[in-house]
Amino acid sequence: MFRAIRTRQTTLAPLVLLLPAFTVMLFVVAMPLAFSFYTSLTPYRLTRPESIEIYIGARNYIRLWDNAAFWAAFWRTILFLAIALNVELLLGLGIALLINKLTWGQRTLRTIMMFPMMFSPILVGFQFKFIFNDNIGIVNNALQSLGLIDRAIPWLVDAQLAMFSIIVAEVWMSTSIFAILLLAGLLAMPRDPIEAARVDGCNSWQVFRHIPLPFLMPFIFIAMTIRSLDVARAYDIVHVMTGGGPAGRTELLWTLIARVGYNNARMGEANAMAYVSTLLSIAFTVFFFRKLMAARRYMGGAE
Amino acid sequence: MAEISLKQVVKNYGRTPVVHGIDLEIADNEFVVLVGPSGCGKSTTLRMIAGLEDISDGEIRIRGRLVNDLPPRKRNISMVFQNYALYPHMSVRDNLGFGLKIAGQSKKVVAERVDEAAGILGLSELLDRLPAELSGGQRQRVAMGRAIVRHPDAFLFDEPLSNLDAKLRGQMRAEIKKLHQKVASTIVYVTHDQIEAMTLADRIVVMRDGHIDQVGTPMEVFNHPANTFVAAFIGSPPMNQLPATLDDGRLRLGDGTAIALPTRLRERVRAGQKLILGVRPDDISPEGHGLLEEGEHDTIDLEVDIAEPLGMESLIYSRLAGQEVLAKLYGPRLLSPGERLTCRVALTRAHLFDADTGRNLEAD
Ligand SMILES: Nc1ncnc2c1ncn2[C@@H]1O[C@H](COP(=O)(O)OP(=O)(O)OP(=O)(O)O)[C@@H](O)[C@H]1O
Ligand SMILES: [Mg+2]
Repeated sequence: MFRAIRTRQTTLAPLVLLLPAFTVMLFVVAMPLAFSFYTSLTPYRLTRPESIEIYIGARNYIRLWDNAAFWAAFWRTILFLAIALNVELLLGLGIALLINKLTWGQRTLRTIMMFPMMFSPILVGFQFKFIFNDNIGIVNNALQSLGLIDRAIPWLVDAQLAMFSIIVAEVWMSTSIFAILLLAGLLAMPRDPIEAARVDGCNSWQVFRHIPLPFLMPFIFIAMTIRSLDVARAYDIVHVMTGGGPAGRTELLWTLIARVGYNNARMGEANAMAYVSTLLSIAFTVFFFRKLMAARRYMGGAE
Repeated sequence: MAEISLKQVVKNYGRTPVVHGIDLEIADNEFVVLVGPSGCGKSTTLRMIAGLEDISDGEIRIRGRLVNDLPPRKRNISMVFQNYALYPHMSVRDNLGFGLKIAGQSKKVVAERVDEAAGILGLSELLDRLPAELSGGQRQRVAMGRAIVRHPDAFLFDEPLSNLDAKLRGQMRAEIKKLHQKVASTIVYVTHDQIEAMTLADRIVVMRDGHIDQVGTPMEVFNHPANTFVAAFIGSPPMNQLPATLDDGRLRLGDGTAIALPTRLRERVRAGQKLILGVRPDDISPEGHGLLEEGEHDTIDLEVDIAEPLGMESLIYSRLAGQEVLAKLYGPRLLSPGERLTCRVALTRAHLFDADTGRNLEAD
């Protein structure tokens, strides 16, 4: 009998201890998720609360299929993601390699490098909106003073240039994430294999290509995973700098979703869009995570 | 293969000199061991030969070619590092073949040479493993394999065995010796283990504080140490060193004990010179239990402090003139602490050093 109590205790105790966590998960994650998914199956409008009770099945999703504005934003988001991540990776890698070479002042520089991450994206947006302003912005001012251009360039008005400006702001704010993660990788890297490779006949580029680069891959994938989630929900900077304009040419998924959901009050449709874009995020994350797991094998990690 | 020559090679780190102008000629196919205490500049010297450290002054030539300003990849040498420095993300096969691949060898040549090296070192079963999946000894062999596949002009080893346990170290020592016989090659080998130096070297280079103290074959260095440092460093247990002065044609120790001056050294000593008498433990033995009983000798009385039986011989710890003295007893016999022994000191193999300079009086 004594034993029976013990076994019951040992099977129950973990469940009891996990209960608070489960409860929190249920209320904070699972229920809102289920609710928002349900609303994406209704023609729910914020202005007509009773519309939440009308079940229309997958009609919101089917309509998305030929919603040109949605797909434009979808592909633009992917392009934005691809450009921003690659530029950030290259710049971050370059900065990390340079800082790693320093024997003096490395700590100070590492701290300074974090500065862009300390600002709210909204403020960064405002700052760059000012920098790229065609009348009073410092970019045009500088270019004109140097005599490189004679007319103001409409940075935030021209569609292509506006996209470019947003990417610059995004890159400025987030390159340091790459730089710091990659620098951590470089600092953790053993020096000996590099020397072995030099003796084995490698020139500088071959050394980098065969030794530090593969070693850094896991760190690159970690940074990519984090950043792909970040950029896929980019909203603040775009909203502040261009508001998705001109004429929707810088509209990304989340600015579009916010517009449909809050300005047009069509919450059902917005939630359907949000689900599709969440799938996009998940796809990116899974992709990089797979790569990360593969790369971690030789670092003595997960087998 | 190749000869290597160092002329007045100097290395400074910032303003601190760590290697002070060393000269060394290494012949083709010679196995040279650099030995010395920690921090004496052995690794630095080796790394300068490899090209991993700049040379502050002097000249290094490999095969007659001045290599001072050549990067490591242009020197055609291989190096085995103390902690192996394997490429962690490559399989054993890729580790072995990497240098050849970089050199632009065809896949077929790479595969052949990798198989050959793996065969020599017994790695054939492990070719598809990652370094993280190998034992220390196996990693060590991969590091060696990586060096031999390239058929370099010379091999550089930096304490390749220091991370292994004693038994494995003995095995690998034999392997390296065999390898040198199989793959004729010039080898520069760094160690601070004098047994490795004695067993492996064609010639030993004893270093101290960035200088070379002596260069010679193992027997030369053992039998004719150039100074007290080499005498203490080479040989285990170390040579007894007893301060002495010349008194009436005899050597007198601090406590008044007198020992005859070896005949061959009579012309070398000056009156009033402060001396150090160096005698190896093997050359102080109780009568009838010595290694070498013929030849010139003298006797001293020793009291046994501790006796350590080692099987065929016993090591005797005793005191003489206020310092510890080691003696050896060959041929088993029980010893008890406090026992007094009359020991023969083999004068033919005793050394005299100048107490001020530390130099052997017979060194030229
Ligand atoms: N990068 C460096 N900067 C300054 N001093 C250094 C540097 N590398 C080595 N030294 C110094 O140079 C001296 C020789 O070092 P080295 O590594 O050649 O010693 P070693 O003989 O190989 O010793 P060990 O047996 O411990 O490996 C040491 O005193 C060391 O402190
Ligand atoms: Mg060393």
